[in-house]
Amino acid sequence: VIHKPHVDWFALAPSLSLLAAAGLLLMVAVLVPRGARRPLGALLAFAGFVASGIWAAFLDDRSPHAATLVHDAMWRDRWGALAQVILAGSGAVAVLVSYSERMRDEHVAEYYALLTAAGAGMAFFVQASNLMTLFLGLEWFSIALYVLTAIDIDLIGSLEAGLKYLVVGAVGSATLLFGSGLVYGITGQLAFDKIAVAGHAHDAMLVVGLAMVIAGLAFKSSAAPFHMWTPDAYQGAPTPVTAFMASGTKIAALVVTYRVLVTAFPHDQHLWRWAIAGIACASLAWGNIGALVQRNVKRILAYSSVSHAGFMLIAVAAANQLGARALLYYLIPYSAMSLGAFAVVAARERELQVPVTLRNLAGFGWERPFLGVSMWVFMLGMLGFPLTGGFIGKFYVFAAAYRHGWWWLIVVGVVATMISAYYYLGIVRAMYFRDTAELQLAPAGGSPPHDPLLTFGVAVALVVTVGSFFAVQPLIDVARSAARALPL
Amino acid sequence: MHWLTTILIVLPAAGALVVAVAPFTAYWLGSFAALVSLIEVAVWITAASKFDFGSSALQLDQRASWFSDLGVSWHVGQYRFSLWFVGMTVVAMAACTIYGWWVGRDRGRAYFALMLLLTGAIVGVFTAQDLLLFYAFFEAMLIPLYVLIGVWGGSERLRATITFVVYTVVGSLLMLAAIVVFGLQQGTFDMTRMGTSSSTWLFLGFVVAFAIKSPLFPLHGWLPITYRESPAEVSAVLSGIVGKAGLYGLLRIAIPFFPQPVHDWRVVLLVLGSISLVYGSLLAFRAPDFRGVVMYSSLAQAGLIVLGLFANNSLGIDGAVLQIVNHALVSTALFLLAGMIERRTGTRGEFALLGGMARGRPALATVVMTVGIISLAVPLSTTFAGEFLILAGVFQQGWGWAVVGAVAIVLAAMYMLRAISGVLHQNVGPAVSEHALDLRVGELAIVVPLVLCLVGLSAWPNLVSGHATSSAPAGWTAYAP
Repeated sequence: VIHKPHVDWFALAPSLSLLAAAGLLLMVAVLVPRGARRPLGALLAFAGFVASGIWAAFLDDRSPHAATLVHDAMWRDRWGALAQVILAGSGAVAVLVSYSERMRDEHVAEYYALLTAAGAGMAFFVQASNLMTLFLGLEWFSIALYVLTAIDIDLIGSLEAGLKYLVVGAVGSATLLFGSGLVYGITGQLAFDKIAVAGHAHDAMLVVGLAMVIAGLAFKSSAAPFHMWTPDAYQGAPTPVTAFMASGTKIAALVVTYRVLVTAFPHDQHLWRWAIAGIACASLAWGNIGALVQRNVKRILAYSSVSHAGFMLIAVAAANQLGARALLYYLIPYSAMSLGAFAVVAARERELQVPVTLRNLAGFGWERPFLGVSMWVFMLGMLGFPLTGGFIGKFYVFAAAYRHGWWWLIVVGVVATMISAYYYLGIVRAMYFRDTAELQLAPAGGSPPHDPLLTFGVAVALVVTVGSFFAVQPLIDVARSAARALPL
Repeated sequence: MHWLTTILIVLPAAGALVVAVAPFTAYWLGSFAALVSLIEVAVWITAASKFDFGSSALQLDQRASWFSDLGVSWHVGQYRFSLWFVGMTVVAMAACTIYGWWVGRDRGRAYFALMLLLTGAIVGVFTAQDLLLFYAFFEAMLIPLYVLIGVWGGSERLRATITFVVYTVVGSLLMLAAIVVFGLQQGTFDMTRMGTSSSTWLFLGFVVAFAIKSPLFPLHGWLPITYRESPAEVSAVLSGIVGKAGLYGLLRIAIPFFPQPVHDWRVVLLVLGSISLVYGSLLAFRAPDFRGVVMYSSLAQAGLIVLGLFANNSLGIDGAVLQIVNHALVSTALFLLAGMIERRTGTRGEFALLGGMARGRPALATVVMTVGIISLAVPLSTTFAGEFLILAGVFQQGWGWAVVGAVAIVLAAMYMLRAISGVLHQNVGPAVSEHALDLRVGELAIVVPLVLCLVGLSAWPNLVSGHATSSAPAGWTAYAP
């Protein structure tokens, strides 16, 4: 008789429900007539993400005490569960945004299958509790995203973006794997908590391993200087995919970074704190300065996502309860804003059939009042202005840095925000302050395409962005109980 | 617990939401916005009638926890002086909103929604008793202003918005850093429960933000292009009300919470105030257009008010409070008049093109003359009372400051009389046509209430200035008479 480990299926449900949706979608791709694939595919994917979110919410409710699953391969705790809720929400909105994307009908079911598979991988990844599952989860969602980036072969640059993402991503994965190997070689342990027990501070080999793990994860959270794939991949990928990547990958990578560092490497905290702070400063500087000179809106948003990685890494560098809370809180409005912003870009793209630049955004705010106002709010949120959760998120991040005694990180963050005002408000300026007549653009022709699902997705993102400003207390309470799962 | 202050903030914001979605034409949306701004005035009158002027405590306050782990709350309320600041805000905003409606701004839905939103944000700044809430309102003011200038401004509006935003965002983000550090040090962000700090860095973080907003020399670089390119009523709001938010910040935050840095930096601030006063007056005297005179005079007035604020006695602060209210009304009225004159002549208010407008236009002449005379602090006017108190206060710091102030009053007479005669008297300017109308009834209905407020204050300035400082927030005990 083979001894099987006890499996807590409930704790795996968020990941498994998405995996089930992916499997069904692959069957849809083969069995369902071509005309019905798009609606059925979107419906299944949406249902998969919603189911995953509901399971994760239950899991969050039922897991007040952290426990390990499947022979210590995964965690069942609120830290992972809350991240899964946010991931599932992002995925569901991404499905809404995807629906009207110009795509070949023969690929559409595979598209949704890959999207749900990536979601499943992320949901798995955030629960990882040893180096094997860490790498497995990372590769799982990354491979799905490589294909998604390149899926639209008609789109100029999509294939190139996919290839770039693949090559750079492979370097990142290899770095992570090498680092994991070193850590395992020194400590003889795979599980994070056992690494912490077995490891010694100031073991040079362990520190090298730690540095490579950090670098590997930083590739995924697109923090500078590991961000070089980001602008090209974001620009080249189909916009709904970009929207999902920008929120989902970042959520998963940052949440796991926090977990790995505080669980597996508490002895070297003074080292990785400085490393993360350095990466945060580099991201803030590079992301914001890079965004200043861009004209393509997707590239601006890509660089802005680099700078937001910097902000959230400040919370990681703080390495305290407040910082963990700040990260989880920040991720909620951030994922909503970035999904919403890319959705608006997608809407403009479908209207004009060309890449969206600051120039051809002119007049958009007046032509499409709801999308314009939404974009305005998303930009203010990314800038960290009040009436959006972005403001509270930045405030919490700064508070966490100060609580650790690093007031200089606040100064760096504040200076970065000043720079970012130029390009975020530049998008608002492009939408409202010039009108189309002034620039004599060729008219797009006809009334803009009606896209209720995308509008609904933007509305959801808008409600989350603004709502998280007012409902801080409930969100912080949830984040606080999630943060308690970490040994801080 | 009292809802009135909260209503004062939420009512215009809710009105803005209604304007943004209601299915009416721009004309009716404008009427609705005008109505909301008048209801706001009525609510303020109700608040004033319930206000106990004998008490120095925070009144009409409401407090609800926002997020408790960092001690941030929705805490709004009014001290005696903040009641007057709110009053000048609602009156001036009503005048400006109605002016926008009278002028018939295009894209009315967006315009009126933003004006109402701005009203709510400014009232929030003057009533917030939580530091983070104060910051949220302070930043929220910028959002509508940015679009109001960028969409309805003049031909150089893009440059104006960039200049304006760069200055204000730099200032306010420095303040955010200071707020985070200060609040976490204190363990609460509630201004009524905070103690003092002796950190110079925190003090400077606040003071730079407020000095940019006020504006104060040498941080006034955003002023010329912004005031000239904005629509007239937005300039009126900027100079009359939004600038006062900076001075209010000095009064409510910088002075009470940082006694030691205030002591150390007093001379620097008095010097900057004096330079703003004299330099602003000289620039106003040289300005080639009506708006130029008004905007540089508001730089000068900000300098004068700073002299009063940092005089280190209750006379100076009482005078500063009165002068803030005075100048809010004067500046709003003058910018609106500038807009009316520009519309009549199709100019941008250049004196070279204007002149002789008094002949045949008695209403215009009377109103411009009255406001102009009040603004140059003629005896018996409320501005005279304010300036006198400030000078008497700053005299106790050293007679030199008072001399600077007195010289500037002479300069004020020079630039304001020059502006009045440049518009009303002398030869009829080339841009002034025979058919340029006198002030219409609608325009009079906008400006005359402002003038009446000023006349009323002239009769009873003590209403505002009387023991303004005895309504003492925490940390103000040093100034109580």
